[in-house]
Amino acid sequence: MNLTLRIWRQKGPEDKGRMVTYPVDDVSPDMSFLEMLDVLNERLILDGEDPVAFDHDCREGICGMCGLMINGDAHGPQRGTTACQLHMRQFKDGDTIDIEPWRASAFPVIKDLVVNRGAFDKIIAAGGYVTAPTGSAPEAHSTPVAKANADAAFESAACIGCGACVAACPNGSGMLFTAAKLTQLSLLPQGQPERYTRVIGMVDAHDEAGFGGCTNAGECTVVCPKGIPLNTIGRLNRDYLTATTKGAGNTPGS
Amino acid sequence: MTKTRSPIRSNVGLKAVMAVTGILLVLFLIAHMLGNLKVFTGETSFDHYAHWLRDIGKPLLPGVWFLWILRTVLVVAVVAHIWAATVLALRARAARPVKYAHRKKVRGSYAARTMRWGGVIILLFVIYHLLDLTTGTLNPVGDPGNPYGNVVADFAPERWYVTLFYTLAIVTLGFHLRHGAFSAFRSLGQQTPRGERRARTAALIFAVALCAGYLVVPFAVLTGLVS
Repeated sequence: MNLTLRIWRQKGPEDKGRMVTYPVDDVSPDMSFLEMLDVLNERLILDGEDPVAFDHDCREGICGMCGLMINGDAHGPQRGTTACQLHMRQFKDGDTIDIEPWRASAFPVIKDLVVNRGAFDKIIAAGGYVTAPTGSAPEAHSTPVAKANADAAFESAACIGCGACVAACPNGSGMLFTAAKLTQLSLLPQGQPERYTRVIGMVDAHDEAGFGGCTNAGECTVVCPKGIPLNTIGRLNRDYLTATTKGAGNTPGS
Repeated sequence: MTKTRSPIRSNVGLKAVMAVTGILLVLFLIAHMLGNLKVFTGETSFDHYAHWLRDIGKPLLPGVWFLWILRTVLVVAVVAHIWAATVLALRARAARPVKYAHRKKVRGSYAARTMRWGGVIILLFVIYHLLDLTTGTLNPVGDPGNPYGNVVADFAPERWYVTLFYTLAIVTLGFHLRHGAFSAFRSLGQQTPRGERRARTAALIFAVALCAGYLVVPFAVLTGLVS
């Protein structure tokens, strides 16, 4: 396959940045998208040019590091798939592919396609944990969990924090991420003691980071590589409204 | 961390404001639509109904107090709805300062994509509508004592552009409600996948029914069914 790539190149956070066109020849349909970028980078290095910076780590679709806006689709055209697990057979010979970084004020571009997703860490730090006694794992039967709750919590826990939800959201909202990180705890008994302080803390951190608000447009859940459902945000809304009307305190983690 | 802002100003709180005010406005829209349908019961009945609206609450409340209380509630709801929408729209714009070079259309739905501009169109229509049938300024008859005559004169065939604008506004309203009604449930904590399917279906049926209820009046006048 011969492809034309239009890639966002930006030397650093202060650089203005622009789309640059690169032809890439002899791409195997069995390559992953990132392997295709590796091929391009090897050529750029041999030519003495600056290789394209992009985030990646496990390349198994579970670490959440990779994230590219491919032809306006977060993680590319295949649903339920991270960019690293996307294969070139999804494209046709002669295609032009636009590759851009996640666009959000909360995710400033560090270089080329790499963005700083530290804002997600701040949301987690504001309440995405439980104050549980440490030690050996407790006997599983000692704390019964309803099957439906366990399933829903697991669904949320599948979030890898890649940021595709923010990238795809027309409002640049990080609500799907925040809701997933919230409900994986709030649905389980272990998460109950801090349930209402957690939600206030995490929503505050979300808003402070400069993410937009959710308008239930549903873009996030379409591109989410882990298929976190949109109704997760409803759970967040309910917890937030309960927490604020109850006056459940405003010190996260207390 | 100390609380520095009201929960209402959070992204979740603003959506709750939009949901509650939206529901209030929807309740009014339902009542208004049912009232409109009185036009099919004849001129005397319709005019009688219109005059009765000014007298609700008598003798408990003097004069047209009820009407003014209702108007105040509606204006507060409209202002709060628009305020929350504007704050959220500005935040959304600030959240993505650099646009994508290649951007697909929102896949959610046409309704979800057009909420903001649709809202602006509806607001402009409401202003026109008040000048037309409440104050009578833009109405060819404009007689406060003869609401039936005002309506019939308004949608007369030679004033087809009024009917066209009315239809466009109502269809826009339908799209606004199709997403808005579902969105309101979600913003107020609707949280299960099955509930989401139900809420979406209910919103669609409701939007279509409301549109039909509103559109049947001008088209009845246009076709001479009501004259």
